[in-house]
Amino acid sequence: MNAIDAFPRPSNSHESAVGHVQGTAPYVDDLPLIEGTLHGVVVLSSRAAGTLSHVDWEWAQAQEGVSGVVAGRDIPGSKKLATYVADEDIFAEDQIEYHGQVLGLVVAQRREVAARVANAVPMQIEAKAPTLNARQAYAESSFVLPSVHLQRGMLDDGWQESVYRLSGKLEVGGQEHFYLEGQVAYAMKQADGQWLIYSSTQHPGEVQHWVAHALDISMHQVRVVCRRMGGGFGGKETQAGHLAVWAALAANKFNAPVKVRLDRKDDMLVTGKRHPFSHEWHVGFDTDGKVKVLDSLQMVHCGHSADLSGPVADRAIFHTDNAYWLPAVKVTSHRCKTNTQSHTAFRGFGGPQGVILIETVMGDIARRLGKDALDVRLQNLYGIQDRNVTPYGMKIEDNILKTLITQLATDCQYRSRREEIKQWNSQSRNLKKGLALTPVKFGISFTATQFNQAGALVSVFTDGSILVNHGGTEMGQGLHTKVCLVVARTLGVSEQRVRITASDTDKVANASATAASSGTDLNGRAAENAALQIKKNIALCLAQSDGCSENEVLFMNDSIVTPQHKRSFQEAVQFAYKQRVQLWSDGFYATPKINYDPKTLTGRPFYYFSYGAACSEVAIDLLTGEYRLLRTDILHDVGRSIHPEIDIGQVEGGFLQGVGWLTTEELVWDQHGKLLTQGASTYKIPTAADLPETLNVRLWTEENREANVGGSKAVGEPPFMLGISVFEALRDAVGAVKDSIRPVELDAPATPERVLHAIARVRETD
Amino acid sequence: MEIARQTKTMSQTTNRDGVLRFWKRGQLIELNNVLPDRMLLDLLREDLQICDTKEGCAAGDCGACTVVIADAVDGERLKFQAINSCIRPAHAIHGMALWTAADLIQEGALHPAQEAIVQGHGTQCGFCTPGIVMSLFSLYQRTCAKDEDLHKADVIDALSGNLCRCTGYRSIVDAAFSMHDYPKVLEKEKEIASQLLKMQSCEHDVVNYKMPRELLALLQLRTQHQEAQLVAGATDVGIWVKQGMRHLSHVIDVHRVRELQTIELFDDYLCIGAAVSLQEAFDALAKERPKVNEFAARFAGWPIRQSGTLGGNIANGSPIGDSMPLLLALDATVVLKAWRNSKVMSRELALSEFYLGYKKTAMLPDEVLVCIKIPRPSANEWLGLYKISKRCEDDISALCMAIRLEMRDQILDVVRIGLGGVAATPVRAMKTECILQGREDAHAVWKEAQVTIAAEFDPISDLRASGAYRREVLGNLLERAYLERAHQAAVRLEDLS
Repeated sequence: MNAIDAFPRPSNSHESAVGHVQGTAPYVDDLPLIEGTLHGVVVLSSRAAGTLSHVDWEWAQAQEGVSGVVAGRDIPGSKKLATYVADEDIFAEDQIEYHGQVLGLVVAQRREVAARVANAVPMQIEAKAPTLNARQAYAESSFVLPSVHLQRGMLDDGWQESVYRLSGKLEVGGQEHFYLEGQVAYAMKQADGQWLIYSSTQHPGEVQHWVAHALDISMHQVRVVCRRMGGGFGGKETQAGHLAVWAALAANKFNAPVKVRLDRKDDMLVTGKRHPFSHEWHVGFDTDGKVKVLDSLQMVHCGHSADLSGPVADRAIFHTDNAYWLPAVKVTSHRCKTNTQSHTAFRGFGGPQGVILIETVMGDIARRLGKDALDVRLQNLYGIQDRNVTPYGMKIEDNILKTLITQLATDCQYRSRREEIKQWNSQSRNLKKGLALTPVKFGISFTATQFNQAGALVSVFTDGSILVNHGGTEMGQGLHTKVCLVVARTLGVSEQRVRITASDTDKVANASATAASSGTDLNGRAAENAALQIKKNIALCLAQSDGCSENEVLFMNDSIVTPQHKRSFQEAVQFAYKQRVQLWSDGFYATPKINYDPKTLTGRPFYYFSYGAACSEVAIDLLTGEYRLLRTDILHDVGRSIHPEIDIGQVEGGFLQGVGWLTTEELVWDQHGKLLTQGASTYKIPTAADLPETLNVRLWTEENREANVGGSKAVGEPPFMLGISVFEALRDAVGAVKDSIRPVELDAPATPERVLHAIARVRETD
Repeated sequence: MEIARQTKTMSQTTNRDGVLRFWKRGQLIELNNVLPDRMLLDLLREDLQICDTKEGCAAGDCGACTVVIADAVDGERLKFQAINSCIRPAHAIHGMALWTAADLIQEGALHPAQEAIVQGHGTQCGFCTPGIVMSLFSLYQRTCAKDEDLHKADVIDALSGNLCRCTGYRSIVDAAFSMHDYPKVLEKEKEIASQLLKMQSCEHDVVNYKMPRELLALLQLRTQHQEAQLVAGATDVGIWVKQGMRHLSHVIDVHRVRELQTIELFDDYLCIGAAVSLQEAFDALAKERPKVNEFAARFAGWPIRQSGTLGGNIANGSPIGDSMPLLLALDATVVLKAWRNSKVMSRELALSEFYLGYKKTAMLPDEVLVCIKIPRPSANEWLGLYKISKRCEDDISALCMAIRLEMRDQILDVVRIGLGGVAATPVRAMKTECILQGREDAHAVWKEAQVTIAAEFDPISDLRASGAYRREVLGNLLERAYLERAHQAAVRLEDLS
């Protein structure tokens, strides 16, 4: 295992690493409690659908040690959460939409008392049959949002030009975020009608908005602070808001600080997950395997409310092409309403569910033609000069796919290994190997153009130390470390000088969620702009004093140098201060070039694309369907890396999370709609033993062709889809059981049981 | 409930009753009024506001709460264990030393287990990190501190109980190997051991949390307090408390009972005390049956194998416990003892007769499982140990099969098949054994057995697998057992590594 980087290594580790390893970097649940703090524990619906006729709050209230309960009647503001569609009750009062829906809180001085009582609150629900999955919802015309259609090119022409046609279905499972730190919020009233909320959130501004809405107060009365999260992955984008609202309502009622923390079981029962998808597809292609037409029906399992399902389902549409030119394409996307948790943002935000569809289609086209799947993929790649417009009308101007894939194929000896594997498989009776190289092209920017803005505040103090604040949040991805580096490099100082403070709605207003991989692009640039303003102020001051031009003032090596003087950074800062120069500044950034019409789903929703590719080799056991990941090689594009180790960490972590999604991580609901996989004993995310025996990760060395911060590219989400190489390798291995020309029918996640089933299907066919 | 916290140096300690005492960062911590079902993690985080260890799952599955405890082996040395503090009753660490992540600093410097993670970029969100660090610290103590090499299997094993959702583990695994590169750091074992011995001389006499040291005392307690919950490593009981909200008013903790700690090798059998940890029990078994090693590595995660005991796994009687199929196939027996009429009564039972129904055993309310006897292998023994689960490591079996064959010429002289996950209890596949036993070791015979075994059980469908899959794989594992012996080529995925 090794990791090679193309750019000089920064010396710094994650800004909190030293605190992490001692356990002293505090998360919300670690904060010292204010005297009189109460603990709220959620009361959950025990049925998936029906009418709530009674909750015995009196019983709960009467239990020893209980301070009281909080329910719908205790909400001063709107009883709906301030979500985009306003379709979610803060506490269910009438209609029950899913098993695990929150009816209210039991509040006590001791959390375990509240938990015992909350888990035993008697309730009466007139249950009705729940809608359990997207197919059922589609059949029942049960939707959270209107369906969306995207079409480009003439489908009929495509079918006529096609020599071959294939059709299939693909079920893609959801995924629990399994951030190690569960959802938590700690709310307290302050003087003068002010509120302070400590929230483990990717979107403090949204928490602020939701809390103000529920308490019927103004946003300027609510301050939300988040120093760090113990993992987010999208799961703390909207979901964190619920906790904060519940905690604030309890704090409001009891006039005491209230902490609400979900234990693992409640977290899994209550909060939304990655959207499961039910795909149906038809593809037409020629004898080379070139796709002429794709018709895709996407039934998106949204859960009981819209939450972020609209943009998630849109992003799935935008990534149904992945890396490939589709001359004629139709995508129909149904946003199905089911009686489950309301599925939400999760790393990739629908992108992976779109990418996996086209990648499995590529694999099946290759099988149909008896070609190598890599050749089929290369045949279909977007072109540079032509064949370069996406189905949503965006011209791809930074396409590096062919060179990147070819490089990876060479580096990992794809061709010779393919031959070796063929040979090996012909000799092996019970084990079969599979190999697949899959690319990813991922659009960077929020598709909702308005979110592509960010602000930052940089302060230089008279001792030469620098404090940075920006609208982004730290969930482990190293955003703060990167932003510190950007500021340090801008001012020519060592990064030790630069500290970051907690994300705080009092510092940067209206900040977007830290999401869509955009954290560094947006906040890094905003902080850079702030630092540039300070730099300009200092340069102007020194230029005037030293009698040189502004351009001759150089910021480097912790010094500021003019042709006349060399001053240490601190000396220069003190000098400027005495000249009454502003040594702090805000900075703002709005992503250029993007535009997008959500009605027609066309425009340029993305500033640029991030690319990557992975090649994985697996072996499967034909008797049990068990498998092992033997080797993975990755070549991934992060532009000019701001911090190679952090970027490699994102690539490796994203990859393995993607592998987990498609292999071991299976969410199971029973026939009544109750989630059975409620903890780590039943829901299995990868362990260290699931690392491939050989893992080679390299970064592509070309800088971003767009003028993104430092020439870098976003890295949070794109590598997640590298995990699809493992799924495709598994299907390749299953196909090797018998040289079948039919699609390999394997749903995700590919548990041993599903793999064994797929093997049986291959054996049965033809 | 108020918990009085006192920290004193050893010399100031008085020999008071009912106090939980342990050593932490050079100090003695004494606590009164700790409830018997108070878990160590909750005690640390909520009662003592020591928040450098985190709660990730409260079920012993994620390792965010991993701490290291040490007991005195003698006056000189300590035995270090990484455990899940979320499901370990606080009283269980009475008389021990405890380290959490913040305790590893010496003279202001990070410990190699910490420095390696920092330098190797092995943290992202950092929430799992204190637990990872403690697992690495425990690994360090048993390897680097003794100048022993680190092998990949040891590193993966050491991390098997720690989930990380961010890094993808590569950086952590590499960091583990680099612990050697930093100046060696040693704990003051002698000093701590002597303090622990002194501490242990003070009786831990908590009314409702009993920790007997002798078997006789245990048996008498069991007779007196049949309502009490017996625990050893509490790796399942802790989950009943934390996840099942069960309240334990009275606990008898057997992990310090001397007679239950022994491993003895006799001419005919290996005898493993009921409170021997799973890891040590598997190590003992693997000495004569090396295949057990690979099987053991898939049993839970490292901290659970350190804490959980063989006796606990058996007495708990879960139909999906992994040690029972193995022990059933090995014709193990269990020894039960009780204190009746002022006498110790003892009986020995075949494990195959021990299970009466779902989580129901033949053990009477006053009986204690004392040891497990496992016949030693003959020269003709062949063992196949198969576990099917969604995740390779640290997962609960959808299906577990252990097959023991003793061959006489080409005849299957003895056939034992132990199974988990196919019935309400761990079971032997008696009908299938009958089909095979005394027959020729031929593929046709095994094919016949495959049909039999699929009909012999009617496994349920649950979140781990469907009944149909379990039934199909039952037969296929017999095929695997045949192929494994009949073919030279790789038959199992494990053969590829």
